[in-house]
Amino acid sequence: MTQFEPVIGIEVHAQLKTNTKLFCRCSTQFGGEPNAHTCPRCLGMPGALPVLNQTAVEFAIKAGLALNCDIQHKSVFARKNYFYPDLPKGYQISQFELPICLNGHLDIELPDGSTKRIGITRIHMEEDAGKLVHQGAEAIAGSTHSFVDLNRAGVPLIEIVSEPDIRSAEEARIYMETLQLILRYVGVCDGNLEEGSLRADANVSLRPVGTTPFGTRTETKNINSFRSLERAINSEITRQTALILSGGKVIQQTRNYHDNTQTTTVLRDKEDSHDYRYFPDPDLLPLLVSQTQIDAVKTTLPELPNAQRKRYMEQLGLSEFEAMVLVQDIPMNHYFTAVLDQNPQIDKTELAKWLVGDINAALKEANKGFDNCPIQIAHTASLLTLLTTGKISGKMAKAFIPDMIQTQKSPDDLLAASGGGQIDNSDDLGPIIDQILTQNPDVAEKIKAGKTQSANFLMGQVMKATGGRAKPDLVIDLILKKVTG
Amino acid sequence: MSSTLPLSAAELVEQFKSRKLKVKSVVSDIFGHIKASEPKLNSFTALTEELAYQAADKMDAAYDKGDALPSPLAGVPISIKDNINIRGQKTTCCSAMLKDFVAPFDATVTQKVLAAGMVPVGKTNLDEFAMGSSTETSIFGTSRNPWDLARVPGGSSGGAAASVAAHQAFLALGSDTGGSIRQPAAYCGIVGIKPTYGRVSRFGLVAFASSLDQIGPLTKTVKDAALLLETICGHDVQDSTSADMPVPQFSAALGQDIKGMKIAIPKELSGDAISAPIAESLENAITFYKSQGAIVEWVSIESLKYAVPTYYIIAPAEASANLARFDGVRYGNRDRSSATLQAMIADSRGKGFGDEVKRRIVIGTYVLSSGYYDAYYLKAQKVRQLIKKDFMNLFQTYSAILMPTTPHPAFKVGEKINDPWSMYLEDISTIPANMAGLPALSVPSGVTNGLPIGLQIIGKPFDEATVLNLGHHLETQFNFHHRIPTGIQDLLK
Repeated sequence: MTQFEPVIGIEVHAQLKTNTKLFCRCSTQFGGEPNAHTCPRCLGMPGALPVLNQTAVEFAIKAGLALNCDIQHKSVFARKNYFYPDLPKGYQISQFELPICLNGHLDIELPDGSTKRIGITRIHMEEDAGKLVHQGAEAIAGSTHSFVDLNRAGVPLIEIVSEPDIRSAEEARIYMETLQLILRYVGVCDGNLEEGSLRADANVSLRPVGTTPFGTRTETKNINSFRSLERAINSEITRQTALILSGGKVIQQTRNYHDNTQTTTVLRDKEDSHDYRYFPDPDLLPLLVSQTQIDAVKTTLPELPNAQRKRYMEQLGLSEFEAMVLVQDIPMNHYFTAVLDQNPQIDKTELAKWLVGDINAALKEANKGFDNCPIQIAHTASLLTLLTTGKISGKMAKAFIPDMIQTQKSPDDLLAASGGGQIDNSDDLGPIIDQILTQNPDVAEKIKAGKTQSANFLMGQVMKATGGRAKPDLVIDLILKKVTG
Repeated sequence: MSSTLPLSAAELVEQFKSRKLKVKSVVSDIFGHIKASEPKLNSFTALTEELAYQAADKMDAAYDKGDALPSPLAGVPISIKDNINIRGQKTTCCSAMLKDFVAPFDATVTQKVLAAGMVPVGKTNLDEFAMGSSTETSIFGTSRNPWDLARVPGGSSGGAAASVAAHQAFLALGSDTGGSIRQPAAYCGIVGIKPTYGRVSRFGLVAFASSLDQIGPLTKTVKDAALLLETICGHDVQDSTSADMPVPQFSAALGQDIKGMKIAIPKELSGDAISAPIAESLENAITFYKSQGAIVEWVSIESLKYAVPTYYIIAPAEASANLARFDGVRYGNRDRSSATLQAMIADSRGKGFGDEVKRRIVIGTYVLSSGYYDAYYLKAQKVRQLIKKDFMNLFQTYSAILMPTTPHPAFKVGEKINDPWSMYLEDISTIPANMAGLPALSVPSGVTNGLPIGLQIIGKPFDEATVLNLGHHLETQFNFHHRIPTGIQDLLK
């Protein structure tokens, strides 16, 4: 039986995180009263003209640099003509022949640890359309009437088009995840798939393994999570495989993915596709970007995730797991960096361990996050200092964290309130252990008989008696010594 | 009716300054005259009396107190073409599509004109969406040429030209995409200038062909044109194609010596290509300029013959997209009987647009279609570059180019409306300046069989000063501006 190899390319629409729209000064805020964020320009009123948002240009350049693209010194906005009620001017201002970024790539890391380079054909800038709200039915067909909300009309987008270098649904997901992280890192896009600030269309075709010509491709739309990206591609691979094996032919078409059934259905055939009649928008001059401008944007580019993860492991000594978690959780990473910046001498691996582990867990428990973290940076630093100087035990630290979140008290205050620091000398611990042993003669016997695990029960009792302040390894030592001694 | 209405704007301002005339009384006179003459002329689509009297009172107060005046045209009545927005007033573009559309914002030129203390008297008639050479495609009916009421005033700024020629306004703002200021100015015996592309902000002008459209003055004298142009020029951040260039005081350049200045006359727009009286008028102008010491030479601009066909690809292409926003969804004509979304858009447009607009949308859509784009639109853009290059080469040697504004004087109403190609050919000498983005002025240069004719002076980019100065010299030969056109002589003495 013929084996087929999928050939996949992804087109990603990313909403740029600017405060205002691409060609007017209306707010880009998500939601809001319908049509509250509109003006004559984004409503396509007669006589209104577009004025380009320079921050959006800067963000597009930033994305291009982060994706290793050649930033074009001259790019051109074009009109993409079609009629739809959510498109106020009857054309979308986009870039066609001359986009702002060309020839980039993104390295993705595969589960076997190898790295694969996915080519980025181009990135172009364009404005978003508005949205229709249908009454009486899900779609316009069958609805009694439809409302037009143009709050989103004119919001800046970049479209990132990959080369057909992707060979599996999993690679596609990893590509998309890596891309999302980079766009978030450089701060140009929220990367929120559910809210639609990041959208993916998948181009899928099959070819017999070992051959080079591409098969006929389909484009799948309506993908709104990483999981549905993977599922949509797999369902399209399955469909196309079955079709070819049964003697059929794949036809070039646009398909819609349905997450509930995990299948795709035809949206339109190639013959029905629009002739968009692109031509340069005469209302906008060619977009000229100087090398100086590109260099200036370059200096604002942060360290990218892969490089940062390597640095965290190689220079700071973090474990691969902690480095990975930090790199993927941008607010946590910022918090980590802030603590380090203000306390350069702090134990970095301990800090990472506590942030990734107990502090993160306690924040989640309290429904909080590292964004606007209730624990002051100085408090986290002093917690780490108390820990690494042995003034408190890990157990005490763990007990302090929820309090630090709830009451915003410093660990030093919590320590004082708990009656002092860790009890780490045999003079103080001896009498307490003696008392516990007297109260539990049967346990002492078991230990004597060689069941040393039973010492853990006694330690629990000691901890109870000391309010958790006893130094655990010293307690075990003393118990064993006293019982067997 | 008062004999003050035939004054030029500059002369009127002198009367205001000396307080021999009050702004309010002139405004009152002019509305009287407009109302008496409109049944004959149909220059206006709407009057803005309330705005006019408000502005008049304010300017009278300023003149009374001897305050610093906002501009050298303070208090002068002006008409505004009905494709330029005045906030709170209708902008109809003389189309059923927009017949009830109220503009939500001022055009930049409107803001400037109001800030300069001019008095807006009304919105003037045009060919639907400025597509035409006669105002015959307006839903409000054809405006009439004040020199012969059986003839068109030209177009598309026909209402604007008629309003100034008939002294219904001292000044007018028009727009010019392929001659829409200059051709009606020539037909009506007044001055009209299309500035360099980018000189005047297009913000608030309903777009026809964005890369060709420019707003400009229609006036009784070159001096008035210079004064109005000074007021409306300048860089505007609201229009990305607006040029960031200094604005000289054009009026100060008028009357400067033209001795030794080199002027070119293209052979292609002479002889058989134009009517005999216009050829004669051109010869007279050549003799005059030579007598002033200018060097006048015949040249050949080979690419001129491509200007009209190229224009009729580029302008409709841009128009087909510019007019796509009129879909009946947010404003404008909506067909409420349609059963589906597609039908609603198609019927709203089908019923909202007239034949000429539809013709151009169809042409524009065709030339941009996949498979035809390279052969038409792209090729036309290349030819456009060629035309531009030919002009720029000439400007290495010459300071200006002189040619007729139109091949013939005004034609009769209905004469060409069913022959679009012959109508298009009337634009043969005005279109090149739009294609090359150059400043171009039409000045009255004589009368033939009772009809005015005009000559056109084209200049280097942003050199309106030379163009206006040459026009000013020529205009002194004819002193046309105080004349009362024959068609309204019974109304104005």
